[in-house]
Amino acid sequence: MRITQGTFSFLPDLSDAQITKQIQYCLDNGWAVNLEHTDDPHPRNTYWEMWGQPMFDIADAAGIMMELASCRKAFGDRYIRLSAFDSSSGWESVKLSFLVNRPKNEPGFRLRRQEGHGRNMRYTTEPYADAKPEGERYAV
Amino acid sequence: MSYLDQLNTGAKSKDAGPPDESKLDIGTSQGGADALQQPPATTVDLHREYEEAGVKDVLDELDRELVGLKPVKKRIRETAALLLVERARRRLGLAYETPTLHMSFTGNPGTGKTTVALKMADLLHRLGYIRKGHLVSVTRDDLVGQYIGHTAPKTKDIVKKAMGGVLFIDEAYYLYRPENERDYGQEAIEILLQVMENHRDDLVVILAGYADRMDKFFESNPGFRSRIAHHIDFPDYTDEELLQIAVGMLERQHYHLSVEAERILVSYIEHRRVQPHFANARSIRNALDRARLRQANRLFESDAGPLDANALSQIAAEDIAVSRVFRQKPGQTADSTSPEDGGPGDGPEERPS
Repeated sequence: MRITQGTFSFLPDLSDAQITKQIQYCLDNGWAVNLEHTDDPHPRNTYWEMWGQPMFDIADAAGIMMELASCRKAFGDRYIRLSAFDSSSGWESVKLSFLVNRPKNEPGFRLRRQEGHGRNMRYTTEPYADAKPEGERYAV
Repeated sequence: MSYLDQLNTGAKSKDAGPPDESKLDIGTSQGGADALQQPPATTVDLHREYEEAGVKDVLDELDRELVGLKPVKKRIRETAALLLVERARRRLGLAYETPTLHMSFTGNPGTGKTTVALKMADLLHRLGYIRKGHLVSVTRDDLVGQYIGHTAPKTKDIVKKAMGGVLFIDEAYYLYRPENERDYGQEAIEILLQVMENHRDDLVVILAGYADRMDKFFESNPGFRSRIAHHIDFPDYTDEELLQIAVGMLERQHYHLSVEAERILVSYIEHRRVQPHFANARSIRNALDRARLRQANRLFESDAGPLDANALSQIAAEDIAVSRVFRQKPGQTADSTSPEDGGPGDGPEERPS
């Protein structure tokens, strides 16, 4: 099951050229770009691991693409998310966030049913991937 | 600011009076992008390209603003011609490889290396060889870390910032310290070499420093030598050129020299040149700063009633004549604690190390 999260998530995955253009748009607006990665695709997993620090004072998208390439090299089997932060109002707020990398094989989610009192049903979802410990979830 | 706004301001500033460089840049770069989208042309008018790309403006500016430096200007002209032709060739489908643009600027301190690097960034931007045209000026401290594992992220950070522009490494030879084999500079050099090779389209590296030390640096790092296509040597200024620079500097700040002061300044330049830590135009700038300081003190202490604009902007002979430069024998180190000459002295920036 293909995970959808952030902007452009219902489009086919962006090519590197398209990602570069999006990044350049962010930089031209003066936003700081940050990379994060995770191997827990649960939608409530909000806080991903940061890849380095958010990148401030960068003029050209090539700098960020260089960082993205090294992040993919290290964590190519995980989800990588690119976020852009706008600080013009005095605090950093996310203006754009989208996935730039995903595992080759995404097994999707299991729906768990729990019978409670009086034939009450409780539902929860859990990713098949997180049956394995962190770091081994998408390894081929 | 939206894309359209930028275009509009770009167009406006072209029409009205003094051109604003940054806005003009946007205008010309948009023009360049349009030209690239057109179907492949079969002929190229080099002179029109030369005018349209704004290369002429940059070169004229270079001629106008920089005194002397004839060989440098000539080399830049040649480089500009090469790049223009290369661009035309690419447009006709004759060339696809980006030419190597990394450069080394060698010359004594204060000969205009940083200024020319700024112009070079502008030139490369107008020709479309770099996307942004900004200059990131760094020294060893900005690239090399203080402990193991600190250098690589630091260097990469700088490289990221310089992407799309020019990375100017001043006194590059400090990166390599042969006397300490555990020096982290080597790590920075390796990253830089890799970037110079793999990101040739994304950034241009300019190394700068004294000629003899740079030669040694290149000898011990052959990787740099082979990756650098353009070596430009900056000659020292002659005494007349330095005087011209001094007059120009003062004019820009709305000061002028009295006739007597100009004569004293000529002899000041002669004296200063043979003393240690002579840094060409920078020494002159510092001397003028000190002269302004003395002029202000003279006006304040003489307390001669109301002053007019002329009195406030004239540097008199006595403002320069009291300089310790005249009291020193050639070759003697300047005594920086000399009370008469306190204040903004021949600061550490002039020292060769």
